Amino acid sequence: MGNDSRPLLAGLLVLFAIGVPGSVHAQQPSSKARDVAPIDLTGYWVSYVTENWRYRMVTPAKGEYRRIPVSPAGVPIINAWDPVADTRAGNQCKSYGAGAIMNVPGRLHITWQDADTLRVDTDAGTQTRLFRFTARTSSSTAKPTWQGESAARWEQVPAPDKGGSLRVVTSNMRPGYLRKNGVPYSERATVSEHFDVTSLPDGGGELLLVTTVVEDPVYLNAPYVTSPHFKREPDGSKWAPTPCSSTW
Amino acid sequence: MLIDLVVRRSVAALILVLVARVAFAQTDAAGPQSRTRPTSSAVLPSEFEFAGSWAPIGTEDVQNDSVPVDYLGLALTDEGRTRALSYDESQKSMVERQCQGWGASYAVLGPFGLRISRQADPTTNRVVSYTIDPWEDWNGMTIWMDGRPRPSEHALHTQAGFTTGRWEGGVLAARTTHMQAGFIRKTGVPLSDQATIDWRFFRHDNVLTVLMVARDPVYLVEPEIISKGFRLSKTPLDFRDPCVPGYEGREPGDPVPHFAADENPFVDEFMKLYNLPREAVLGYRETLYPEYRKTIKDTYVPPPPCTEDCGVAGNFVRRRGPTP
Repeated sequence: MGNDSRPLLAGLLVLFAIGVPGSVHAQQPSSKARDVAPIDLTGYWVSYVTENWRYRMVTPAKGEYRRIPVSPAGVPIINAWDPVADTRAGNQCKSYGAGAIMNVPGRLHITWQDADTLRVDTDAGTQTRLFRFTARTSSSTAKPTWQGESAARWEQVPAPDKGGSLRVVTSNMRPGYLRKNGVPYSERATVSEHFDVTSLPDGGGELLLVTTVVEDPVYLNAPYVTSPHFKREPDGSKWAPTPCSSTW
Repeated sequence: MLIDLVVRRSVAALILVLVARVAFAQTDAAGPQSRTRPTSSAVLPSEFEFAGSWAPIGTEDVQNDSVPVDYLGLALTDEGRTRALSYDESQKSMVERQCQGWGASYAVLGPFGLRISRQADPTTNRVVSYTIDPWEDWNGMTIWMDGRPRPSEHALHTQAGFTTGRWEGGVLAARTTHMQAGFIRKTGVPLSDQATIDWRFFRHDNVLTVLMVARDPVYLVEPEIISKGFRLSKTPLDFRDPCVPGYEGREPGDPVPHFAADENPFVDEFMKLYNLPREAVLGYRETLYPEYRKTIKDTYVPPPPCTEDCGVAGNFVRRRGPTP
């Protein structure tokens, strides 16, 4: 090898020495949902019930379904509501399914179960929702559950702005109630949600807003839209799991 | 000589490959449509089309104005509660009080939609403001987007107040100040002229969610937070004249209609109608949190089964008296 090759070889050695191959790997953005989250939903959140108080904080009268666009098929179900029979049949969680749970007063504990699955635990009814950012293959045959199967994706505002939203679509749910007093949704219902986080003014903490659209071709004749909101709490000291109840 | 040439070319080729890898990796990381972007994400615009007609969805009970004393969902100070209980609906017959019930907050507390237009600088086409048109008594709202300063705290307070806005990560954020003293519910729950309202407008597909955070150091212990959904309308919404005071029979110098706060004849009406706890109906702070449910679990008795006006799709809450 002649002397003329030495500068080139030296340059090559320098490139390796400063770790170019390593930095190439380091600059690869992660594809995991947890790593690209545009907003931080994790932590404890408490319901702040300033809307629909009479329908959420207490059990409304049997037969009342004001402000819910119930189809004619739903009315007999509403009038036949029997919470004792629901309990006897082991269906006391019917008003804690994915179609209603965000409106049930209580606390949320949101964590990452893994890098592509966001987990939402509720203390009211002790329910768990799993928001999966990756497709599952067994959906078509999976048995319906209260919380169904939830497909999630981030909706991100591109740089230089920051921000975004979490979109979740849930299906494959067991039939449940939109309200405690037996306003039904069927197993064909879907729930579309957007989770947004915003700061309260003047250092007042953070607010989680969940815009929820329930569509049901059986018991609703129009989408049922609600937007419950939650305040962020510093820790889980007020977390108080309670079982499902058909009457309260 | 030949070996030397081969080595030199090989080294040059290696450097070229390395440089290309570095450059490609940087491009990949920066680009919005990066190859490594997860399929489980989508891109949102930093601003959305706000102008248009937005029809109210009406599936949430945010009005709470169907009976005189319904302060559910509010956290009132004692002074605020006393003022509210002293209110008599007949005050609306006084010229100077007729429009008090339709302040800025009525944008989400009222039953109407939002007809929004965009005003732009003709030379730059940059947005100067958005205007939400008036609707039957409500005065409308102008959201200034041009960065103009807020007026002096001593400047004129109006029923609509003064509102500025800006885009924050795909959300329109706005703040209203300089409001006249008025009501946060048109049944007489007061909002002082020191109140501030912060707004967030979120758009997801064709649903606009409007979040209102009203703070008042005089009459609210905690912010009143309301979120209401609107759906993009294919046809332009109707709009009406704002509140214009007029003579309704009460002469200058006449006494102001009111109740002694502890003698309001309607104080029990809503409680009895739905078996609701007194402290919830009267707007005590603790009633807004889940813990409160535990305190009433053993005493609350649901009202008897509903027999009339039990619900119609999109209908509003029950009015007093039988259904016609």
